[in-house]
Amino acid sequence: MDFYNYYALLYIDDSTVAAGVKEFEEILKRKLAAADLLNSVKVLETGSSGLKDYGIGLSVYPGDIHYGNLSTADIDEIINEHFIKGRVVTRLIVKPPEEQFRTSELGPQDVRLQNRIVLSLSGVIDPENIFEYFAEHGYEAIGKILEEKVSPEKVVGIIKNSGLQGRGGAGFPTGLKWDFTRKAEGNQKYIICNADEGEPGTFKDRLILEGNPHLVLEGMLIAGYATGAAKGYIYIRGEYDLSIKRMEKALSQAYEYNLLGHNLFGSGFSFDIEIKKGAGAYVCGEETSLIESMEGKRGIPRLKPPFPGTHGLKGSPTVVNNVETLANIAPILLKGAEWFRSFGTKSCPGTKVFTILGDVRYTGIVELPMGTTLRQIIYGYGGGMREQRSLKAVHLGGTSGAVFDESMLDIPLDYDSVRNHGGMLGSGAILVLSNTVNMRDYLESVLLFFKHESCGKCVPCRIGTARLYDMVKLLETSDNKELILNEMDKLSETMNKTSFCPLGQSLKFPVQSIHQYFGDEILRS
Amino acid sequence: MGKLVTIKIDGKEVKAEEGANLLQAARDAGFDIPGLCYYDKVSPSGACRLCVVKIEGMRGLTASCTVKVSEGLNVTAFDEELEDHRKSLTELLISEHKFGCMTCEVDAACGLEDLAYRYDVTIDNLPYPARKDLLPVEATSPVILYDPNKCILCERCVKACYEIQGKGILSFAERGIDTYVATDLGGLWVDSDCDGCGECIQACPVGALVPKPSIGKARRWEVTKEETICPYCGVGCRIEVEKKGNEIVKINGADGPANDGRLCVKGRFGYEYQMNNDRLTTPLIRENGQFREASWDEALDLVASKFTEIKNNYGNDAVAGLASARCTNEDNYVFQKFMRAVIGTNNVDHCARLCHASTVAGLARAFGSGAMTNSIKEFEFADCILVTGSNTTETHPVISTYIKNAVINHGAKLIVVDPRRIDLVKYATLWLRQKNGTDVAWLNGMMNVIVNEGLADKAFIESRTEGYEEFEKVVKEYTPEKASEISGIPKEQIIEAARVYAGAENASIVFSMGITQHVTGTDNVLSVANLAMLTGNVGKLYSGVNPLRGQNNVQGACDLGGLPNVYPGYQKVNDPEIKAKFEAKWGAKLDDKVGLSVTEIMDGAGKGTVKALYIMGENPMVSDPNLNHVEESMEKLDFLVVQDIFDTETAKFADVILPSFSSYEKWGTFTNTERRIQMINPVLDPPEGTKDDWDIIQNISKRMGYEMNYTNADEIMEEISDVSPIYGGVHFKKLGNDGVQWPCKTDAEEDRGVLFLHEGTFSRGLGHFSPVDFIPPAELPDNEYPYMLSTGRILFHYHTGTMTRKVGALNAFESGPYAEISPEIAERIKVNEDDEIRVTSRRGTIVTKARITDKVAPMSIFIPFHFAEAAANRLTNDALDPVAKIPELKVAACQVEKV
Repeated sequence: MDFYNYYALLYIDDSTVAAGVKEFEEILKRKLAAADLLNSVKVLETGSSGLKDYGIGLSVYPGDIHYGNLSTADIDEIINEHFIKGRVVTRLIVKPPEEQFRTSELGPQDVRLQNRIVLSLSGVIDPENIFEYFAEHGYEAIGKILEEKVSPEKVVGIIKNSGLQGRGGAGFPTGLKWDFTRKAEGNQKYIICNADEGEPGTFKDRLILEGNPHLVLEGMLIAGYATGAAKGYIYIRGEYDLSIKRMEKALSQAYEYNLLGHNLFGSGFSFDIEIKKGAGAYVCGEETSLIESMEGKRGIPRLKPPFPGTHGLKGSPTVVNNVETLANIAPILLKGAEWFRSFGTKSCPGTKVFTILGDVRYTGIVELPMGTTLRQIIYGYGGGMREQRSLKAVHLGGTSGAVFDESMLDIPLDYDSVRNHGGMLGSGAILVLSNTVNMRDYLESVLLFFKHESCGKCVPCRIGTARLYDMVKLLETSDNKELILNEMDKLSETMNKTSFCPLGQSLKFPVQSIHQYFGDEILRS
Repeated sequence: MGKLVTIKIDGKEVKAEEGANLLQAARDAGFDIPGLCYYDKVSPSGACRLCVVKIEGMRGLTASCTVKVSEGLNVTAFDEELEDHRKSLTELLISEHKFGCMTCEVDAACGLEDLAYRYDVTIDNLPYPARKDLLPVEATSPVILYDPNKCILCERCVKACYEIQGKGILSFAERGIDTYVATDLGGLWVDSDCDGCGECIQACPVGALVPKPSIGKARRWEVTKEETICPYCGVGCRIEVEKKGNEIVKINGADGPANDGRLCVKGRFGYEYQMNNDRLTTPLIRENGQFREASWDEALDLVASKFTEIKNNYGNDAVAGLASARCTNEDNYVFQKFMRAVIGTNNVDHCARLCHASTVAGLARAFGSGAMTNSIKEFEFADCILVTGSNTTETHPVISTYIKNAVINHGAKLIVVDPRRIDLVKYATLWLRQKNGTDVAWLNGMMNVIVNEGLADKAFIESRTEGYEEFEKVVKEYTPEKASEISGIPKEQIIEAARVYAGAENASIVFSMGITQHVTGTDNVLSVANLAMLTGNVGKLYSGVNPLRGQNNVQGACDLGGLPNVYPGYQKVNDPEIKAKFEAKWGAKLDDKVGLSVTEIMDGAGKGTVKALYIMGENPMVSDPNLNHVEESMEKLDFLVVQDIFDTETAKFADVILPSFSSYEKWGTFTNTERRIQMINPVLDPPEGTKDDWDIIQNISKRMGYEMNYTNADEIMEEISDVSPIYGGVHFKKLGNDGVQWPCKTDAEEDRGVLFLHEGTFSRGLGHFSPVDFIPPAELPDNEYPYMLSTGRILFHYHTGTMTRKVGALNAFESGPYAEISPEIAERIKVNEDDEIRVTSRRGTIVTKARITDKVAPMSIFIPFHFAEAAANRLTNDALDPVAKIPELKVAACQVEKV
């Protein structure tokens, strides 16, 4: 292996590509060659850093120097100053708080905050190079399981003990889900990785897929072994071009090194993975709709029971797990359930990947222990509100979550606690709204989304979303706003109680919470 | 019936079948839980959510239509909260519904209207404004109108199309509030593969899908409903006729044993002929080349005197009669009794000669009985179905749905052997495309594989059959290579088909005219029987040999002795004991020699040996082969009597025309293709001036000095059960809605006949293997006539078109003659789609339209025979099977030219 004086990491994701990172990389490499520096500076592509709004970014090791908002005009200066003379270009440095956390510069004041689990290697390793994953204990977990012949029961037991809950939004215990499928009868079983990240304001799974695809593959392998499945599918959002490309590359590498395919590690365990692209329907993030879609049918939810765990894809027992859930598996197997439980809260152990967006200073992705408060995230990692804005509302958990006002900033974020406060943690999206937002307008945009995304199968959701949208429009001009708000509450309650799937059921969270916390504003306007 | 368990609904203990649908069980127990999407014939959707209930131990509310009954369920069906939600859901539905019940076809029979009444919801008291914009109505189908503004998107139609009919043409298009039901994801209905069966209409709980021909015909409360049996094909579907006054306004599928409420386009929409003004309503007598109206007395006197005169002058055998596959069992019994006891001849036959004579002959020899061994609904549960020479989708549409159910719902393997790419090919595991008329070769080839690979059922052969050794010798010669060479089927496919068929737990063979209408028809049938016996696939549930009979009562017309060689119940005319029995019963001297068959009767007429012909409800001037020859024969007859409801092509040659009842006006029985004797009911009053067929016959009989004094069909059936053992236990009062399947020999109420034949022992004792060698068709393409011609039926028309061509809805699907020609022919003779072409054979020529399709094999042509103006039978070959006397309608050589 060659050694270099400097490692320069370029963050390649959709937003940096849009900012021109590819051209930047090409020029950087050409100029390094011209300066005869190719043997001393290694340019590496890595996944997203998790931070948005920094344009083209470059991290240089050793030194943990993070440059941001770069343009090609900055290249000469970086080469001359940093790579030749060893002087950091101070004017180009960005150092967001979250970035400090990631690179351990935060110090020992809060031990819990110093660990990422699923994102520990995102933005650190080259996701297109399987060796970099190997170097970080990649595929060690599945290797150990197979070589030491750990029984599937035991693997499921470890996941159960870890207390890991599904990170797609519902928070169902993963170990229990696996156990249903493990015990289900069937010659063919399936593992489906739900990478159809469709929740507005959520892009956490993309970061994992782009930053460390092998971590997801290893999670699927372990899930397959634990449940007796020999086939896995990654149902990936069709718009996620880079995720698909990286995942395809990861798959071909895994096959190349016999980490997928027949008789892995000589254990007799075989596992294959295929990618299926989604077509963009929100409801296809719901597991039974996803399965219908995979079978080539219309993406509408199925009757439950039977649940996918026993009757899923093609009627066979099927585990459907979210990307983030699967990314937690290998670390838990390597380090143990106890280790995992040392993060987060008692009822919801582990970390959660949150997406911060809206009117905060820094938007992006952070991985934090369950139980972190909204205030910590918004002010600690989001850098607080943008200039001259004040916080009015937080839409938590995705579009179908509740909208809170400032009074709720100190509730600890885990599944139980948010549920107890009338909301849901969902996908972990934190949309921060400032005083510039009209809450009726906001509710209208939420309801338009639901009207658009309702699959149309059941009466309450299909027609209810349309009538709610009509009513929120009426609120603009009506003389009897209070009556309308009450009827909206009532209708959303019927939708909650009678809708076929969570899409229609969860609409009451935004509707009723906006009424509860911002009703006065709407009535006054 | 499953185990009964106890559940609790609103505190009341209810017994219900374990695993039953909870909503259904609750409704059965008197709990009127609302619900629009539940439909007991398809899988539950849980879409309307109206049937939500609370179940102890389950979180939240649950749609009861999605729950299976299990011991101890504790259900709350009604409380304030549930009713609030139900009202709220009703408000949502009404807010999306086009308001206009007073002009709606289903007003007073609408699930949504009932719900609105129940929860007091109107367009005016909604908590929000109702939707105002309207979507366009889809009215391009000839028979179905879809109004998306009335649609509640319950999915019942979509599921009915797929799960019941096996078609899968309907689906939802768009999404959310914009969703609507569509063909081809949003294409025009008329451009889709929808064949208009109307199963979707029947499934619709509101007025979104309505039958176009019924629009504006009647309010719901003006109609009365009566059930009877469909007048068309041999499936014998039970129908519910809705009438206003004496006019049919709508037909629905009823839950009959053969159809479970399913129908095809003809059954549902093919009733308009009934109201046609061309109905014959008075007897007609030909005078100086013109027909004139006559009184019944005058007409019947004339018929009686002419028959007597010819009988006296030329002998009994100078008179012949054609019974009818369209008339009732009772009509046919009286007809053949008249011919035998009054005229004194066995010259009685009917169009079964042209369809399944070879089946009757072949299966009688192999098994002892020439009918379907199994019942229609058994197809759904067969593991393997081999369909050959039957375009089931078009000729027996409802039977095809059970075959499709088997494939789609139960994973059955379907093997289709047919020269045409028929609809069932889409559902098939294997499609073998043989050359026309090579059936013995590929059947022997399959059996060769089965024998050589040890797949035969040795125990069955040993214990249940005879003649195996001789048979095996012949089969050994038909290696897959040889079979392939003759039939043109790749040998791998023959081998694969043999393995699939022989490997199935239970396998059923379905065949029809493609097997029977050959000079080797009887041989073909014997080969089919050999294949079933070789693998032990006969005499058990779901497994058997199933010739599909074409017409509504062709089975019955055969059963009741409308054949020249047998009395009713297949009792041989040349058996002295049998003859003596009938002479005693009928009080007349009978003839002991076998009479003439249809084709022989026509020949006899041509040669002048047959002088008089009595035709009841048949139309040989379209249906028989080599029509030019038939026409000459007809012209030579001294006296022709035609008894029918319409002035047919054949009636043009008649000396006397006698107007009779249609099947909607009759009381009596039909026997369907699965041997099921079913009651038909007079749902309409017959037109003034017409008479029932059996009554006409008995009035002629009386005038000829033989007393017949039947007052109704019931009395005739009593006589039938007395003289025909297989109908021994058949009595009108016993038949009920489900009928019985012959053989039904005892009067006991619980004797419903036999579901499948030959269990334990064959009708003839041991099953008989026949060695069968391949013989080529009588006529094959040559330089002069280079193309292969085959004929058959299509879905939208029936037989000679006498009824269906008077139905606007059916004509809208297919209005006139055409010929399917292969693209190779089209290219060679330079014609385009719809161009006029002249088709010529050694026997005649017709002009028709070209339809270019690879549905037919290369260098082949297929012509539907329904259309008299370009009658396919002017071309067909009347070469006969030597045993069954069936003509070779399926193979002829022809020339095709551009006009």
